[in-house]
Amino acid sequence: MAEESGSGRGYLAERGWRSWAFTMDHKRIGVMYLYTTIAFFFIGGIFALLLRLELLSPQAKYFSDHTYNVFFTLHGAMMIFLFIIPAIPSGLGNFFIPLHIGAKDVAFPRINLASYWVFVAGFLVVIASLVSPMDTGWTFYTPYSAKTGAAVATLSFGIFLIGMSSILTGLNFIVTIHKLRAPGMTWYRLPLFIWGMYSTSIIQVVATPVVGVTFLLLAMERLLGVAFFDPAKGGDPVLFQHFFWFYSHPVVYVMILPAMGIISEVIPVFSRKPIFGYKAIAYSSLAIAFIGFLVWGHHMFTSGMSPLANAIFSFLTFFVAVPTAVKVFNWIATLYKGSITFESPMLYALTFIFLFAVGGLTGPFLGALATNVQLHDTYFVVAHFHYTMMGGTVMGFFAGLHYWFPKMTGKMLNEKIARIAWALVFIGFNVTFFTMFIVGVKGMPRRYAEYLPKFHVENVISTIGSAILAVGIAVMFLNFLQGLRKGPPAPGNPWRALSLEWQTPSPPDTENFHENPVVTDWPYGYGKPKGPTA
Amino acid sequence: MNAPPADHGDPRVAFESAKLGLWTFLATEVLLFGALFTAYAVFRLKYPALFHSEHLKLNRVLGTLNTLVLITSSLAVALGVDAIRKGKARLLEKYYGVTVLLGAVFLCVKYIEWTEEFHHGLYPGTNIFFSLYFMLTGLHGIHVILGMGILTYVVVLSRRGRFSAGYHTPVEVSGLYWHFIDLVWIYLLPLLYLIG
Repeated sequence: MAEESGSGRGYLAERGWRSWAFTMDHKRIGVMYLYTTIAFFFIGGIFALLLRLELLSPQAKYFSDHTYNVFFTLHGAMMIFLFIIPAIPSGLGNFFIPLHIGAKDVAFPRINLASYWVFVAGFLVVIASLVSPMDTGWTFYTPYSAKTGAAVATLSFGIFLIGMSSILTGLNFIVTIHKLRAPGMTWYRLPLFIWGMYSTSIIQVVATPVVGVTFLLLAMERLLGVAFFDPAKGGDPVLFQHFFWFYSHPVVYVMILPAMGIISEVIPVFSRKPIFGYKAIAYSSLAIAFIGFLVWGHHMFTSGMSPLANAIFSFLTFFVAVPTAVKVFNWIATLYKGSITFESPMLYALTFIFLFAVGGLTGPFLGALATNVQLHDTYFVVAHFHYTMMGGTVMGFFAGLHYWFPKMTGKMLNEKIARIAWALVFIGFNVTFFTMFIVGVKGMPRRYAEYLPKFHVENVISTIGSAILAVGIAVMFLNFLQGLRKGPPAPGNPWRALSLEWQTPSPPDTENFHENPVVTDWPYGYGKPKGPTA
Repeated sequence: MNAPPADHGDPRVAFESAKLGLWTFLATEVLLFGALFTAYAVFRLKYPALFHSEHLKLNRVLGTLNTLVLITSSLAVALGVDAIRKGKARLLEKYYGVTVLLGAVFLCVKYIEWTEEFHHGLYPGTNIFFSLYFMLTGLHGIHVILGMGILTYVVVLSRRGRFSAGYHTPVEVSGLYWHFIDLVWIYLLPLLYLIG
């Protein structure tokens, strides 16, 4: 297909709020999700900065312990439920899944729109719960969550709604990927982002109902006094933890698999090489989704499960590292002898690999029974999941935003400012979170507003790092705004990539493709066409 | 689920998409109830004596009656789907109407049961058995209400002449959903009422 120049406004041509609020165009719904989730990223980030501010001194200084509890709960709950889980799947996924497979839209456009508004309803309920804000941490563990004065039932209902939206989105994607692929788009010609999203959707569909009913039970415990988690009436608080982590651990892979998909797109484009081990990367996504369901118990080593159960969960936890490592080694093999260029998407993709590797390699310390008992609920855990979640998912998200910005907006970014922002983010991130590994090994527990004076230096360093990180992210988004307003028009395919979304104008028309595309090759054939070899 | 997708043109693709979509959705419903069934298994193992003594307090006659009502409603749905496959829209509306009616009968019987139990001082917070009982039947009851709404909507669409032997995707998928509701009850009856 001929490359087309992007001078028109494509799917953005129609104006006015109605053209957005009632749209069934997957691209517009994706954009609405992006704006919404990024807003929560900022709110959650502000809470994080407030926490770091409080930790500048060993004694509680700026706000009370209760306020501190509320802030870390809101930081965690917003970042997880309202940003990291929906941002890539619902935002970028909605936008790019149909474009990637050569479809005009998702399978159920109305359900797609409905799922966005259910999501909005969910976060409005979450906001309504702020009248007496949560102080339980984002895990809502019983029995405390059944007793605290906070609006647990309201927040549970909000998260129930957000979960429903997540189920509908996942369902829509599964059907779309199965039924609406363009002629010639066989499973082994799918972009790896699609494989990542497909695996993600399976987890969303299978795991989310369980957390839905768990939050429902928690709400009922508070409203009607049902006895599921109350030991006084024969219930079991550990059952809550099982249900909660049966969802929440697989959801870690909902957070990471789409980001891995983005990295698999970006790496070959900026190395100008066919991706190494296409099938291995594709199947490892499915393997991660599957094994991810079997490891939830490693969150509960200290909750009094049987030693045998602990040992099994520990083993399975190590096992999930195998498909993850397969991906990382394949990316590195793709880079090998490639002609690599360091545009901003590539910088974030490489950052993903580096930070995710650090996060991944610190995983075994927590997955192993013996060291877990020592490190449980210390800052080591905080550092570990920020390296995987923020260093992984959020960097993958940034890579995707930079990579697809020209396609989504029809404008080019200022590359120089993007790289400055990247440098600040990279330095700020490592200063903030690497310090937490150290202070965690030394024994500082998480979720405390006050700490022993011997941890003071590390905490000051960490707070300085968080300020650098915040400046970096601010610069990045100012660059996005500037690009949106004044960026030069983007060509259809600025990165000279081969996947389908780049073969339409930037921004794409409402119908995506002028004529139905026919696919004749896989999307990674730089120099070596005709399908994956392994 | 309720309307053909906006584009794609091909009604066969639309039908297959709708069917795959509904089966996937039913998988999520199975898991939604699955968590409660898991809780049932856990607590039953933990307190066999309690489960035995408490299940005797349920009204088996009404429970069985309700089972008959739901199975009959499922039959009506199946006959309705069969009718529209032959292009008989009026017959479909009758059968689906009967289903909605039987759904209402089911809810009334359930209401009588619950009232009876409240009178005997049995509440969701009484003990773990009744927590399970009220959560399971309550969640199932909500699904009955949802199902009645969906079937009513299908009848409305049918009155507007939307379905024929050639196109009746919403009839098929809504019928499938009603069968699921019936199926869940078939599991609830023995677990709650019959085995002690």
